[in-house]
Amino acid sequence: MKILVTAKRVEDPESKIKVKPDGTGIVQEGLKYKINPFDEIGVEEGLRLVAKHQGEVVVVSIGGKEVQEQLRHALAMGAHRAVWVNHTGPLDQLAIAGLLQKVTEKEKPDLVILGKQSIDDDQNQVGQYLAEFLGWGQATFASKVESLESEQEKNKVPAVTLTADGKAVRVVREVDNGLATLECQLPAVVTTDLRLNQPRYASLPGIMKAKSKPIEELTPAKLGVDVTPAIQVLKLSSPPARKAGIKVPDVAALVDKLHNEAKVV
Amino acid sequence: MPIVLIVAEQQPDGNLRKASLNAISAGKQLADKAGAELHLVLLGKEPAKVADELKGSGAKAVHLGAAAELEHYLAETYAPAIAALAQELKADYVGMASTAQGKDLMPRVAARLKSAMATDITAINGSGADVTFTRPMWAGNVFAEVKLTTPVKVFTVRATEFAAAAGGQGAAEVKTFAPKVEASKTKFVEFKEVKSARPELTEARVVISGGRGTKGDFKEIEALADELGAAVGASRAVCDAGWVPNDLQVGQTGKVVAPALYIAAGISGAIQHLAGMKSSKTIVAINKDAEAPIFQVADYGIVADLFKVLPELRQELAKLK
Repeated sequence: MKILVTAKRVEDPESKIKVKPDGTGIVQEGLKYKINPFDEIGVEEGLRLVAKHQGEVVVVSIGGKEVQEQLRHALAMGAHRAVWVNHTGPLDQLAIAGLLQKVTEKEKPDLVILGKQSIDDDQNQVGQYLAEFLGWGQATFASKVESLESEQEKNKVPAVTLTADGKAVRVVREVDNGLATLECQLPAVVTTDLRLNQPRYASLPGIMKAKSKPIEELTPAKLGVDVTPAIQVLKLSSPPARKAGIKVPDVAALVDKLHNEAKVV
Repeated sequence: MPIVLIVAEQQPDGNLRKASLNAISAGKQLADKAGAELHLVLLGKEPAKVADELKGSGAKAVHLGAAAELEHYLAETYAPAIAALAQELKADYVGMASTAQGKDLMPRVAARLKSAMATDITAINGSGADVTFTRPMWAGNVFAEVKLTTPVKVFTVRATEFAAAAGGQGAAEVKTFAPKVEASKTKFVEFKEVKSARPELTEARVVISGGRGTKGDFKEIEALADELGAAVGASRAVCDAGWVPNDLQVGQTGKVVAPALYIAAGISGAIQHLAGMKSSKTIVAINKDAEAPIFQVADYGIVADLFKVLPELRQELAKLK
């Protein structure tokens, strides 16, 4: 199996995001960057599938040279090689999906696995755009029935499974009020939800090996994609702050507040 | 006149998904601001079943597309049908509630229409051709005002930010159309419903959520929920641990809720959880750790063991009846 996975560079989800006073962006100072957590789950799932069925995991990222850090992270986890689409400046989901479409057509994987959303934009769009652009099937929000503390998880069993004839994947999806199961003919696009797996840590030998793994450099121009954004971000602002609350000494005081002040019970 | 097309959703049980009514009211607001006409579309095997519920929503027309192939929702079969209708109507805006289906489907519709899309909009600004959307980023720590510059603009609506449109009888004209049906490379296998006698998390007036502090024991949370007719929610940690079903998760990556009363028991208040409940009207936090970040957003906090507080709270509340 050949699997293409994505590795977007995003702000560390634990970091405090502050908007610049003029609303033109976020304060970059002191921020740490990581691979998008949902993408990391995608890398892990790709590695598990390849461990079971043989093949290759190719990781792709789009951005300036700093995204090589995220590519090296995925390579250290065990991905075989990397594709870097070198571009600085804003990109919207149409452009990103357009670039990924070209990379996919070039690499011809059986499966593309992406995070369901990136934790900066929170758009939750690229996988679906990509599937439509390619004319492929899609299974978004891939999850599994077993918990992250199950035996299957400890044994790193892939949750995305190949059908007996090897021509399709079976994916359990997290949807409203339950779990839906789909079977997608290969090639297909899968996007990951949180509970698909627990990504592995990169081992020291893995980190050493990653240094010599190849990173191929491409550009939007080389791929023939116009990346002029169709989404203009006019202004960023902070959400209205909640007014400071109070601590109450006991349950009787709480019920009194809820009944007489907030009037919600 | 510009056209706003809102996609309504039928649940697997055939009923209208309530969040559709919130998306319709966002569509009405958008239509008023853009000087447009509101149309609705519903696809399925038997969409006519819920058409009556949409007549009073202020829409000009409700378009029903019935086909046997549309019995089970698939993005690959629904997207061509909606995109084709949008093109036929010359729709300028296509939107839907930000449900699991909305999030799965609308980007595929947008891709087909070569359109830009805004996810989870919380406000509609401006008027005429200068309409912009406000949407959350970075787990709700930032709100962005965005302008989509493609001829057709696609969006999903955060249901908790818009009041539900009126259902029932009204002036909307119900029209049927033959949906464009394309072969799908994906097959529906099964849907396993997580059944609950309690109200839907996103629709409940009161939500009681448990976190790591419960150590997986939700008995007291459930008992209090039953006393208050509330929905039960959970933090990501307890869903990941498999203590409660995944669909109870409240947070940026789970359900976004905004009830009149939100009670967080044994939840520390990670950024991603706060993003899912910060818009609640009144927030109560119960936690043993006085430094837990949840207290920063809580209107009322109690620093104590939830296993002591919850039974007492239930008894005190019962006395109010």
